[in-house]
Amino acid sequence: MSSNTLPNEKFKELEEFIKTVPIDRGSLIEVLHKAQEIFGYLPEEVQDFVGEKLHISTSSVYGVVSFYSYFTTEPRGKYVISICTGTACFVRGAADILGEFERRLKITTGETTPDKKYTIETLRCVGACGLAPIVTVNGKVYGHFKTNDVIKILEEYSE
Amino acid sequence: MDKINSFQELKKYHENFVELLNLRKLSHEENIIHKREILVCGGTGCQSAESQITVDKLNEKIKESGLSNEVKVHITGCFGFCEKGPIVKVYPDDVFYIQVKVDDVEEIVQQHLIKGKIIDRLLYEEPSTKLKVNKQDEMSFYKKQERIALRNCGLINPEDISESIAEEGYMALGKVITEMSQDEIIKLISDSKLRGRGGGGFPTGTKWSFAKKYDSSQKYIICNADEGDPGAFMDRSILEGDPHSVLEAMAIAGYAIGASEGYIYIRAEYPLAIHRLRIAINQSRECGFLGNNILGTDFSFDIKLKYGAGAFVCGEETSLIHSIEGYRGEPQNKPPFPAESGLWDKPTIVNNVETLACIPAIINKGWEWFSSIGTETSKGTKVFALAGKINNVGLVEVPMGTTLREIIYDIGGGVKNGRKFKAVQTGGPSGGCIPAELLDTPIDYESLNSIGSMMGSGGMIVMDEDNCMVDIAKFYLEFSLEESCGKCTPCRIGNTRLFEILENITKGRATERDLDNLKELAEIVKDTSLCGLGQTSPNPILSTLKYFEDEFVSHIRDRKCPAGVCKELLMYEITDKCIGCTRCAKICPVTCIHGKFKELHVIDQERCIKCGSCYEVCPVSAIIRK
Repeated sequence: MSSNTLPNEKFKELEEFIKTVPIDRGSLIEVLHKAQEIFGYLPEEVQDFVGEKLHISTSSVYGVVSFYSYFTTEPRGKYVISICTGTACFVRGAADILGEFERRLKITTGETTPDKKYTIETLRCVGACGLAPIVTVNGKVYGHFKTNDVIKILEEYSE
Repeated sequence: MDKINSFQELKKYHENFVELLNLRKLSHEENIIHKREILVCGGTGCQSAESQITVDKLNEKIKESGLSNEVKVHITGCFGFCEKGPIVKVYPDDVFYIQVKVDDVEEIVQQHLIKGKIIDRLLYEEPSTKLKVNKQDEMSFYKKQERIALRNCGLINPEDISESIAEEGYMALGKVITEMSQDEIIKLISDSKLRGRGGGGFPTGTKWSFAKKYDSSQKYIICNADEGDPGAFMDRSILEGDPHSVLEAMAIAGYAIGASEGYIYIRAEYPLAIHRLRIAINQSRECGFLGNNILGTDFSFDIKLKYGAGAFVCGEETSLIHSIEGYRGEPQNKPPFPAESGLWDKPTIVNNVETLACIPAIINKGWEWFSSIGTETSKGTKVFALAGKINNVGLVEVPMGTTLREIIYDIGGGVKNGRKFKAVQTGGPSGGCIPAELLDTPIDYESLNSIGSMMGSGGMIVMDEDNCMVDIAKFYLEFSLEESCGKCTPCRIGNTRLFEILENITKGRATERDLDNLKELAEIVKDTSLCGLGQTSPNPILSTLKYFEDEFVSHIRDRKCPAGVCKELLMYEITDKCIGCTRCAKICPVTCIHGKFKELHVIDQERCIKCGSCYEVCPVSAIIRK
């Protein structure tokens, strides 16, 4: 991971945001949210940068990043497929759907396909339990999902 | 809106705004004005089913028909009947349409709005009588409900503070800060016997009185909106549908204990709730309900939003406080309790969203009213998120003391597809599974604890005969294991070992000795963990062991999963009913089914991955699962 892959303007955007919050520990999680929104993930350079600006050691920043499941240190695919594994979806067959995605894409949960196209994730309850089981692709919700729909979704997002 | 400078002025605004809701409140006959309002559910569930597009289309068609002056369309909060969403309600006719799609808009405008004809096919059909019902109050889903925390959801537009004021929004705050002392308000909340709705059930008034008695230059109010229990979505729905009630209650709590700052700690996964809260906070500041010298008094209070980042343990109050401070969300030993030393070591109150939403209603209607509802030990109502294998998935609010049977059968409409009820799980990963023979248990904090479950935040998941209870116990334990912060050993390692034992059972590798180990270790983890997460994580195991031990025994002794869920214990076979249609061979993802056209097919058991595709596709049910 070298810094020349991360554009300077993104660091500038993050710096502008940091100027609007108090420079203290309490702002760390808020800044990390923003950083992930800008960069898509939180590589080492970004963690370094955040630590320096907020006067916190990189190891402390990493401690927080690694604790919360919302933060990721790996770049994700073009299409992030999230399978809800909340209880309501689970009892209506979410595990089979997840298995089918993993089998077809030949990756496991949390991984990204080598062509950087798809990432499979699980999420815990989007709260639309009336539509269970649920799959989201880049945030778009697909309800009443069936294992047979897996192939349809992969075709829909094949570009 | 302009700033409101006194309680008197607020009362006048309230009186003026009441008529905003006339169409929605008065009966059809009382409404002489020939106008209509259409409310469209804008909760996350219905919005996922594209209710926003329905709103846009309604507005477009209404304009095209020249009805813009007669008909107004509003977004509102969750109606609760998520199974049948998106919901559209037409006032003053009081007609409740279900599963409304964009394509239905034209007909609603042409038939209902122009010709005044109710569209039969969009009405709910009562399963017991097979009759169509057009009024919400007459639907069995709503009849046994009593809405306190959800009182404004599905009634007002959450993005318009004047509609909140019309429904007595901020009137309780006005009354408290102008007419009551700190001790009086704390006594009123204590007398109402309101208990924490986040799961613990601690008396809210007592919590407030602890925080009040500590002298400190600063104190904090935190609203816990880190709703992590998978399958529970009441807090999110309240924030989406009625954010002002929560803001108002936080300010009241601030006044009661002497705090001037509040935080709402909300899951980042709730973008719509965050959006509505931001709007509400801005409107509330504009009106002078937040900020300095609220309603012209000496009392000042303001609220900030803080986002969670996906950690279930942050629902625990000390973890949540660490997270707001910018640290890893790990719990700490209590005492000291947050009421003494919480956020930045100052006295802090952490209250759950639903608890807070009840507070303005208690002040407006009196503690006597609130404490007259419910059971001896648990007063008021509780919101449950009913989900799983049930006909009417949704949010229901019932008086404490309502039985599980009433919720599941009368309100929930029974088990989906006519299957047999097996268990209901309450309390999420901290709770337990309750079998059919205990369905007549009246629900309150104590009764649920006594049968090995708990109230929790109010998730209620129904399971049928196709659900394997060992698999369910494993599911919850895997959740707790993933969410364990790792600080204390019993939770970090104990849950890992428990999970391994359950994994062995579901894979047919366990011995009877494992069952004893499972019980013993579950008790140890429960007794020795540091925080609520570890102390309750074995509950799903202990309760399933208590009520469904025979299923564990079948897995271990007979190497069979009675529900047919645990794949390693399953076998698919093609019987001689096979007509040789080749469908199974074609759908098999690993091509392990062989046979000639019109001849008996055979599954290669060595290569079968037990996906069940063939079982589902066979037109003559020739494939059996053992």
